[in-house]
Amino acid sequence: MPTSPHTGWWDPKVEDYRQEVRQFAEEVVAPVAGQMDRISEFDSNLLSQMKQKGLVSLLCPADQGGRDMDSLSYAVAVEELSRICGSTGITVAAANSLGVYPVDVFGSPAQRSMVLPGVAQHGEMIVFGLTEPGAGSDASGTRTNAVRNDKGWLLNGGKCFITNPHFADWIIATAVTDPKGGPRGISSFLFRKSTPGFSVGKRESKLGLHGSDTATLHFEDVQLEADAILGPEGEGFKQFMKTLDGGRISIGAMALGLAQGAYEIALRHAHDHLGLTGGIDEAQGLQFKLSDMATRIEATRHLVYNSAMLKDAGRPFAKQSAMAKLYASETGHFCTYEAIQILGMEGMLADNRVERHFRDVKLCEIGEGTSEIQRIVISRYILKEVEQMTAA
Amino acid sequence: MFDHLLTDDQRMMRDAAREYAEKRLYPNAEHYDREERLPDDLLKELANLGYFGMLVPEAHGGMALDPISYTLVIEEFSRACAGLGITVSLQNSIVAGLLVRFGTDAQQAKYLPMVASGKMGAYSLTEPDAGTDAGGIRLSAKPDGDSYVLSGSKTFVTSAGFAHFIVVFASTNPALGSKGLTAFIVDRDTPGLEVGKPEHKLGIKCSDTRGLSFSDVRIPKTNRVGDEGQGLKIALSQLDHGRLGVAAQALGIGEAALKEARQYAKQRQQFGKPIAEFQAIAFKLADMRLKLDAARLLLDRALRLQAAGERFSTEAAEAKLFASEAANWVADQAVQIHGGYGYMKEYAVERYFRDARITEIYEGTSEAQRIVISRAVLAED
Repeated sequence: MPTSPHTGWWDPKVEDYRQEVRQFAEEVVAPVAGQMDRISEFDSNLLSQMKQKGLVSLLCPADQGGRDMDSLSYAVAVEELSRICGSTGITVAAANSLGVYPVDVFGSPAQRSMVLPGVAQHGEMIVFGLTEPGAGSDASGTRTNAVRNDKGWLLNGGKCFITNPHFADWIIATAVTDPKGGPRGISSFLFRKSTPGFSVGKRESKLGLHGSDTATLHFEDVQLEADAILGPEGEGFKQFMKTLDGGRISIGAMALGLAQGAYEIALRHAHDHLGLTGGIDEAQGLQFKLSDMATRIEATRHLVYNSAMLKDAGRPFAKQSAMAKLYASETGHFCTYEAIQILGMEGMLADNRVERHFRDVKLCEIGEGTSEIQRIVISRYILKEVEQMTAA
Repeated sequence: MFDHLLTDDQRMMRDAAREYAEKRLYPNAEHYDREERLPDDLLKELANLGYFGMLVPEAHGGMALDPISYTLVIEEFSRACAGLGITVSLQNSIVAGLLVRFGTDAQQAKYLPMVASGKMGAYSLTEPDAGTDAGGIRLSAKPDGDSYVLSGSKTFVTSAGFAHFIVVFASTNPALGSKGLTAFIVDRDTPGLEVGKPEHKLGIKCSDTRGLSFSDVRIPKTNRVGDEGQGLKIALSQLDHGRLGVAAQALGIGEAALKEARQYAKQRQQFGKPIAEFQAIAFKLADMRLKLDAARLLLDRALRLQAAGERFSTEAAEAKLFASEAANWVADQAVQIHGGYGYMKEYAVERYFRDARITEIYEGTSEAQRIVISRAVLAED
């Protein structure tokens, strides 16, 4: 019998990989996770160990020397890291889903071979800049612009709430290349962080994910070569929509891990300190909370893994990944909230992990499309389905 | 508590508290949160303005406010700074309130003027193994001549860091469980009493929370509050008052969060119009108002019963439970409406989200409130 706590109709090899990441999370991440939260800084030694272990380059393709990991195993990696530390989970999720993925999928052969081998071999990191002060849920509010000149493109503007920029080696940024083009007027650019005119602003103080690096990006007359554009001109909008479809699986996995971690602590507390064994005469207020947490986590796991397996099979998965992200983040909120409730005052204390998970998981309802945006995405798919049924 | 139901005096108290809170507390609340403490001069100023003696009789230097006026002040303070709200609420309805209801004349004459003038007290019931179940209290008080000798420890004591005295519950008869509890006043400088380090918390960070340890702490018998074995009765009566304070605190946090969300939703433009014009946001705002108004009605009912001298335990539990769940939901939705900005510390909703969480835990968890309410429901026939 496998020792894994999770069983389902997925490849058992995935559970072997889970044990490998879990060991890393418990032995290497756990000892520094509380400290990273307290001092609001990612542990540099942990980051180098993550790079050595290939965690920031899991999605790097085999033709560039990468691990070419399947989406399901990757989701399990993010889940297991987040079970111990949300900041570690999101650092890995952003580096892979928002960094490696778009370069791999939209990059020219020259761009791929320029960037990805360094990612695969040395753990170089790619940062993706989309959000702006006026462009949150509505990317058409993008003000960063790229103007064609005789040397290529001149980039000006700025981005906010960007994950990992201080660790980054490469930058992807969306910019308006045709102000009259609407969504088709946005393109993506890929360039080295050291490019003159580019700078990273100060680190943001946040509700949670204190270890995770979040900052602004600034572009002041950043001169880019003509071939710095990622994919065809005007494809930026389509590219990031597709990038976010995949990214949502990893945010779902992150929320799943945070929920799982909090749930385990609450379950242990209920068993060891409150004497719960599952009997009929016990505090059902607490028993039922735990049952609901376990049920929602199990449902979340199936939603997240199913969308990953659809993606791996090359089938449409965008509706499922939006559903997975929506349900996982709300489950994460529910489970961390109830874990605090079960622990009572102890759950309020900063040295207790459920307090941290409660703050961390709130981001999952906001980042890579708020829950409201997920509901819009889902409604588009289901209403299109009903139209197709009517037409048929 | 609704404006049209208030007397002129009540409205005046509320408006004065609101003006003070907006001018003096709100602009500094973020700083207090970051520093995890309230400045001494602020506490002194509040004492000078009479805000620590709101329920103290005039003869002892207080304002002797009616419950509605008092609760309105707690709500207004909590809107601006929830950690300060609970600090003020504790001094008034818990520490001073206990002495007014159960203290001897001598105890009142000594301690009430202290509280009213800002020499604060603390209140200590909870122990590591006695949270919801007060029967688990291990702190022991043994009579010895004219004294009691206290040994054991307490946890999560609000304002312990600057309290001049602590009202503490100890077991005088362990065999009787919760019926063997007795209340005592322990002066801060009594030998053997040690105050622990401040706890770091999720929210209400500027309020002071610490543990206490008692090693053979000798106090005079005259410091006993009520009779031996009366502790549980006193504690439960205090909980009723404490719950109204937490309900007011929750309401304040919720109102503050709704205000920020409303302003942001009107001003933030996405997809070519203010986000308030999208149903997803507008309906959230509607539900936020609905829940807060319902909470206010429940609190108003409990306060009017209290003012009339009627029993209000169940009504207080209902108000506390509903208001605390409403505050958490409203603060969460306020963060959600702010999107990425709501996750950043520059925006006050980030603090409201953290501050709201405790209201479902202290003065009895939501589960404890449901126990109280369910017992009342079952006794209805």
